[in-house]
Amino acid sequence: MATNAVARKGIKRQIKLPNREAFKIALRSLKIRFWRSCVTMAGIVLAIAFLSSVMISGLATASLRPPDVGPGATVSEDRATQVWLICISLVVCTVGITNAMLMSVTERYREIGTMKCLGALDWFVVKLFLIEAAFQGLVGSMLGGLAGFIVAVLAAMTQYENVLGNLPWGTAFGQLGIAVLIGTGLSIVGAIYPARRAGRMPPADAMRTEI
Amino acid sequence: MAEAIAPVATEYAVKTLGVTKQYTMGKESVYALRGVSVEVHSGEYISIMGPSGSGKSTLFNMIGGLDKPTEGKVYIDEVDISGLDAYELAWLRCRKIGYIFQTFNLIPVMTALENCTLPMIFAGMGTQDALDKGVELLTLVGLGERVRHKPLELSGGQQQRVAIARALANDPAIILADEPTGNLDLKTGKEIIELLRRLNKEKGVTIISATHDLKMLDVSDRIIWIRDGRVDKIEQRAELDLELGTLEGEEV
Ligand SMILES: Nc1ncnc2c1ncn2[C@@H]1O[C@H](COP(=O)(O)OP(=O)(O)OP(=O)(O)O)[C@@H](O)[C@H]1O
Ligand SMILES: [Mg+2]
Repeated sequence: MATNAVARKGIKRQIKLPNREAFKIALRSLKIRFWRSCVTMAGIVLAIAFLSSVMISGLATASLRPPDVGPGATVSEDRATQVWLICISLVVCTVGITNAMLMSVTERYREIGTMKCLGALDWFVVKLFLIEAAFQGLVGSMLGGLAGFIVAVLAAMTQYENVLGNLPWGTAFGQLGIAVLIGTGLSIVGAIYPARRAGRMPPADAMRTEI
Repeated sequence: MAEAIAPVATEYAVKTLGVTKQYTMGKESVYALRGVSVEVHSGEYISIMGPSGSGKSTLFNMIGGLDKPTEGKVYIDEVDISGLDAYELAWLRCRKIGYIFQTFNLIPVMTALENCTLPMIFAGMGTQDALDKGVELLTLVGLGERVRHKPLELSGGQQQRVAIARALANDPAIILADEPTGNLDLKTGKEIIELLRRLNKEKGVTIISATHDLKMLDVSDRIIWIRDGRVDKIEQRAELDLELGTLEGEEV
């Protein structure tokens, strides 16, 4: 069975696992809890859909408006309201992610404890949760960004002619990218506290918990 | 690195010195251990006996570096483990010690094979090697046909065997087994005891096992009796042989 001789003397240091292993475990755990991650993702999808639709419709208005109509007071008031709404939706989204991740940590108390008993480093556990959050954030905000984009373009088509031809696509995709970055970033930020909590958990305590 | 204590004439794989564990819940506090000092030579096979609640599992947690004693010291290979940093402690848990938990502690979302390979992954073994060895170990405990099953699809005894296979993953020098045969039928229990015995004899693995199983007592070198968080008595097996008849009546 055992090929290498049993080490007798001296205590060595645990190796740091390559990120590839953390990715593998994190992705598998997302896959196993597919529907649960979908619910977490839904919050991100909505928030980023809202963000990107506002960004893109702003872009459409700016670039497609007939030149004779200058920017009026009502327009800028609208902008202010929209920025305010976006901020709120992003904050709500981040809080939602933190909450979902905290629940996920609580649910997996035993699992985390067991991993630590088997030699997982604190940092590895933190990394698992951050990768999960980043992945959910990325996929969620790509879906949301795309949805918002489509909605904004369709809305613009009811107001302006030849939207598809005249829209500055480069800028539009740039803004979409920014929306995705924001979504992913917030998702990671929201997961920092739960992930650190998971990592710090003393293994013996974690294992006793029955959920 | 932790400073190694100068080795004494006899080498102890595990040594505890006045280990006390106090759990505080709100205002109340419970002593699970009240000063346990035991010495285990490397290559020994030790059984720990004691009534339920006497502190066996708590002692295992202390020895295995899973929890910190309130007072007292634990030495593994003459090294005080309270002086280890996170990396050394993780190495100890991963490579030096194999745990068979009383409650199994398998990860429910992973298959038997994935559970078994996890410690090897943490030890940095390649995926394919880990899988091969995982299958080999599961076959060894008689679960070769069940590698793709999740813990909840396995019986209690089968889960216990997965836990045993996982404990052997990184060829530990010390195995801490908390009632490893508690859920097994006579025949499988006997096979597991045989397996532990063989590891002990052939590879010199130190085995410390909590048990109520008389067959297990039969193969151990020494029996440590724990009562109310204290060492009650320590017996050599030679002494025990004479008493085996009376043992049946003890709190089992
Ligand atoms: N985390 C904890 N919090 C509070 N009390 C605890 C905790 N862990 C153990 N205890 C208490 O410590 C005592 C010893 O518990 P332990 O689990 O070590 O017993 P044991 O000898 O393993 O029993 P068994 O044979 O039933 O497994 C018990 O009275 C228990 O209630
Ligand atoms: Mg116990």
